[in-house]
Amino acid sequence: MTNFSLAATRRWKLACRYGLASLLLVFFVFPIYWLFIISFKTPDEIFHFPPVWYPKSFQFANYAVLFKDGDAVSVLNSLILAGVSTVIAMIFGTMCAYSLVRFKTGGEDFAVWVISQRLMPPIAIIFPIFLLYVYLGWVDSYGGLIILYTAFNLPYVIWMMRGYIEDIPLELEESALVDGCSRWAVLWKVVFPMARTGLFATAVFTFVFAWNEFIFALVLTRTEVVTYTVQVTHYFGGQSNFWAKIAAMSALGTVPVFITVSLLQRFLVRGISMGAVKG
Amino acid sequence: MSDVRISELHKTFGTVHVLKGIDLEIPAGEFTVLVGPSGCGKSTLLRTIAGLEEVGQGDILISGVNVNSLRPRDRNIAMVFQNYALYPYLSVFENIAFGLRARKMEDHEVNLRVNSAAEMLGITGLLDRFPKQLSGGQRQRVAIGRAIVRKPQLFLFDEPLSNLDAQLRDEMRGEIKKLHQDLGITMLYVTHDQIEAMTLADRIVLMREGRIEQMGSPLNVYEQPATRFVAGFLGSPKINFISGELVDAGDRQAMRLSDGEIIPLPKRIQAWGHSIVLGIRPQHLGRSTDSKVKAGEVKLSRPIEIVQPTGSRTYVTIKIGGTQCIAETESMEAGRPGEIIDLSFDLQHAIFFDPTSGAAIF
Repeated sequence: MTNFSLAATRRWKLACRYGLASLLLVFFVFPIYWLFIISFKTPDEIFHFPPVWYPKSFQFANYAVLFKDGDAVSVLNSLILAGVSTVIAMIFGTMCAYSLVRFKTGGEDFAVWVISQRLMPPIAIIFPIFLLYVYLGWVDSYGGLIILYTAFNLPYVIWMMRGYIEDIPLELEESALVDGCSRWAVLWKVVFPMARTGLFATAVFTFVFAWNEFIFALVLTRTEVVTYTVQVTHYFGGQSNFWAKIAAMSALGTVPVFITVSLLQRFLVRGISMGAVKG
Repeated sequence: MSDVRISELHKTFGTVHVLKGIDLEIPAGEFTVLVGPSGCGKSTLLRTIAGLEEVGQGDILISGVNVNSLRPRDRNIAMVFQNYALYPYLSVFENIAFGLRARKMEDHEVNLRVNSAAEMLGITGLLDRFPKQLSGGQRQRVAIGRAIVRKPQLFLFDEPLSNLDAQLRDEMRGEIKKLHQDLGITMLYVTHDQIEAMTLADRIVLMREGRIEQMGSPLNVYEQPATRFVAGFLGSPKINFISGELVDAGDRQAMRLSDGEIIPLPKRIQAWGHSIVLGIRPQHLGRSTDSKVKAGEVKLSRPIEIVQPTGSRTYVTIKIGGTQCIAETESMEAGRPGEIIDLSFDLQHAIFFDPTSGAAIF
């Protein structure tokens, strides 16, 4: 084969690779693009055929309605529920993980039992939980959902943080103990800084889980703490669906997660790959 | 400065009995080295003194105070770890200051102490750097700095030099010895390296399988090993062990080797069995230049198997009584493999051991 044809083959391969990558990119990004673009369209443009790929003018009326009607509060509700439950789950989960790793609390297999809780489908327990919450008067309250989200995220946090803490050399902690730290100080001054990357990565995933949660929020909220995932369903009507509102609400709900993930992307990628190496 | 007294210390991990009744006294200001093969319990002993492992049974007293139930931070000790244990997210300054900050010391005092320790160790220029920007030797200096700023009553070293290359190890060994001379703090040092043990120690404690095999000054332990194990552990190249049978040779006892060689023994030996082991260090087994046999001298002729020149000395491997032995000769005298070499040693330097118990016979 001549040099020329070799170079041509290489070019052809490269072109194929880029072509495939572009195709995949479009496949995954298009729905998101479509969601955002609908939220800026007029009702005419939404139902127009052939589809309007790009609106003539961006208009924010769909968002304005959400704020005027007070529906946008649901994003704030989601933010409070996901944020607070993430912080609590991270604090207690990290402490549990530390105890599992360093003191072998509950024996060697306890961690597997803990993570198995995560595998339970929420629908299996939603009914008893609903009855319990009605009895306790916790339905439609921040506290009720925060406790539930924390409980559901704890196993994940414990499992992930366990891996990160196992990677911290024991000598660092022992040295701190000899140098004058208590166990709490070791946790604060050695374990947290050493596992910082893992902490951020785990926190982001925990936050996203709680943020996207739907079934508990649907059953356990009425009017006070409706989350944005539940709010979106309110726009699906018997006669018609309010696509403009659905799109605007969904876009509004995507923005906080989008910002969080972009800010912490550096930690996220490193955190995930750290876990991958550990296995 | 303080003394350490350990009595009847036992420690088990699950079903494994790691420390089997340790009795040890370390006088104030002394440099004691715990040495032994891996798994002998020396690191466990050190960690138990530090409070990182709980005492199973027995007592540990530091400056007369029983520290069995004290937390590590309340024992006023400092420890230097094998892998340095530096915090990668803190600068060198903050690493050294870590223990002082943990004890809520005031800033100006922290500055004063860190700077003086850095000066002492020659790392003043590195204070703003981070551990990953340092070489192995520099990291070890920082780890030592972190220990000395605390002004502890007891210094513990857990194989601090084993991660360094040979040249740096020699250098740091000298610095640690100088540190002890300057500070005069009681130091306890764990190593598996017998050269470190011999060069650093005021007193060597040789451990084996959870027990103290022998302790004493380095020279004393080296020249008068209590057991075959001690004799074999200290010294490089290793001492030669030659086994033989006890026989009567007229008016005195003698030892017959498996190759038929008869070695007369210097005195009557209280041996328990019919066999005996003779230990002779390579530097005492040399080339014989004189044809006359002096009193107490043993002469042997053997074919050379291996020649290993080191520059100043040459090690020659020969076979005596069926076992490979090493003789040390002047560099110039080294023969070639296959040639016959005349060797001699003085029975004064020979150490005899009971083959079953391993105890030295005096």
